[in-house]
Amino acid sequence: MSNFDKMKSLIIQQSLKLDCGKEISNFPLAYETYGNLNEKKDNAILIFHALTGDQFASDINPVTNKEGWWNYAVGPGKAFDTEKFFVICANVIGGCMGSYGPGTIDPVTNKPIGTNFPVITINDMVNAQYKLLDHFKIEKLFAVAGGSMGGMQVLQFVSNFPNKAKVALPIACTASHSAQNIAFNELGRQAIMSDINWKNGLYDGKTFNPDKGLAVARMAAHITYLSKKGLQEKFGRNLQERSDLKFGFDADFQIESYLRYQGSVFVDRFDANSYLYITRAMDYFDLTKQYGGNLSRAFKDSKTKFFIISFTSDWLYPTSENKDIVIALNAIGSDVGFVEIKTDKGHDSFLLDVPDFLSTIKNYLNTTYLNIDERRI
Amino acid sequence: MKEEFKVISELIDEKSRVLDVGCGDGILMEYLSKNKVVDVRGLEISKEKVKKCLSNGLAVVEGDAEYDLKQFPDLSFDYVILSQTLQAFMSPENVIKDLLRVGKKVIVTIPNFGHWKVRLDLLFKGEMPITKNLPYEWYNTPNLHMCTIQDFYNFCNNKGINIFKTISLNGQKTSKITSSNLKFKNLISELGIFLLEK
Repeated sequence: MSNFDKMKSLIIQQSLKLDCGKEISNFPLAYETYGNLNEKKDNAILIFHALTGDQFASDINPVTNKEGWWNYAVGPGKAFDTEKFFVICANVIGGCMGSYGPGTIDPVTNKPIGTNFPVITINDMVNAQYKLLDHFKIEKLFAVAGGSMGGMQVLQFVSNFPNKAKVALPIACTASHSAQNIAFNELGRQAIMSDINWKNGLYDGKTFNPDKGLAVARMAAHITYLSKKGLQEKFGRNLQERSDLKFGFDADFQIESYLRYQGSVFVDRFDANSYLYITRAMDYFDLTKQYGGNLSRAFKDSKTKFFIISFTSDWLYPTSENKDIVIALNAIGSDVGFVEIKTDKGHDSFLLDVPDFLSTIKNYLNTTYLNIDERRI
Repeated sequence: MKEEFKVISELIDEKSRVLDVGCGDGILMEYLSKNKVVDVRGLEISKEKVKKCLSNGLAVVEGDAEYDLKQFPDLSFDYVILSQTLQAFMSPENVIKDLLRVGKKVIVTIPNFGHWKVRLDLLFKGEMPITKNLPYEWYNTPNLHMCTIQDFYNFCNNKGINIFKTISLNGQKTSKITSSNLKFKNLISELGIFLLEK
């Protein structure tokens, strides 16, 4: 794809020791930036993307020609106001938008690395992205932010680098991936791995792709991003371009047609092996366990100001799991704010136009940017 | 700003750690962080008010004091403030216990059900009193456990809670409450402000 050549990419020369024990070096980390870094270099925000996101948080994604995944939130005058802030977003390692991942071509075999790619973790993703601070010569970020898996990266970032971000915004996430979420991820992986074209992960990416399996994985996951009420109100039992049931297995219902469409467009932009690797990284995420069962210890060296947000209708990363993070922070006297936003849009709320959510973040960031240094005791 | 908040802020030492329970719009929190350079946190049950506080960059957590005070460790704040909220809890006694556990000192303010206007309303009209500080009808009031300054004073004595200071607020007028003028102050005060310690 020629558009891939235009993407910004940082080649990380130094060796990075992964949690699995392997080391990687001299690998690409694709990123995008929005807005301008000011002279004091104190206005940078690092945004972490979720499972199927990429570095194109805003504007038009040059590969898909669609709006960036966080276009509602990132841009001039928006929640992450790019007239004020310098927003950096990178494609996670393991991803498929230019960063080092299973789809990267192995120069020796001239084929995708596939399942010879090492299993990576949220910790590995964050450690790779940390190199962007050196690249931009940023001493301290103003903020780190992200929803879902992006929120997990926020938590990991602050625990790895306690004083490298003044503000942390973990949104709709968890400190420890639940059994239910592991189960859903496993369902997706099984759909991919049982596709005959998957070929143990060594498909060539040209003639053979496990598109069917990946589409089913996406369909199943998509349901978990919505709420029952949201689905009912949007689709109900409405029929798809027909006046009656057809007594067959075509998409009679609008919801079926919608899911099929979501699956079909997803395979055009996402690599099945990346889906396996990234969901695995999410499943392995357990910050509480990393700190001996006491989540507070993950943040005890940090002066970072936290703002945690959950959504009422999010049953994938429910309020209770977000609140566990709040409780851990309160236990050590951290500066923490928390609100649960009322919405019917489910886990997807953080990606959508939820005015309450977006305006609260916008005001919080703008006010905090002005006051944060003087408020410190 | 409300006179009550001025009185509260005078009770608080500079550079201390403060938790405002039921912080509302965060007006007191903002005043304290600007004027007393205190490190202040808030707990608030209303989503709308929490959003307002967070929009102003305040460290406010959405939650219900009856359940969520538990997450704060013992003596983790120099002061815990509870302004005109005690009467709305299911179990005021447990909340006070938790406040005294979390804070080295606790400031509680009470809308006084012993004020003469309240007493007259009930005596002459025979109806549940409605005043500036108690603006609700009996059928829609969130206030489950109304008490008088005298009641709260007795409560502290019975439970072995030390009262450091009691201040009466009547309109804009503040005055000290002592054991000798308690009966009278209980008649003329709209609000009682207590500084407590375990």
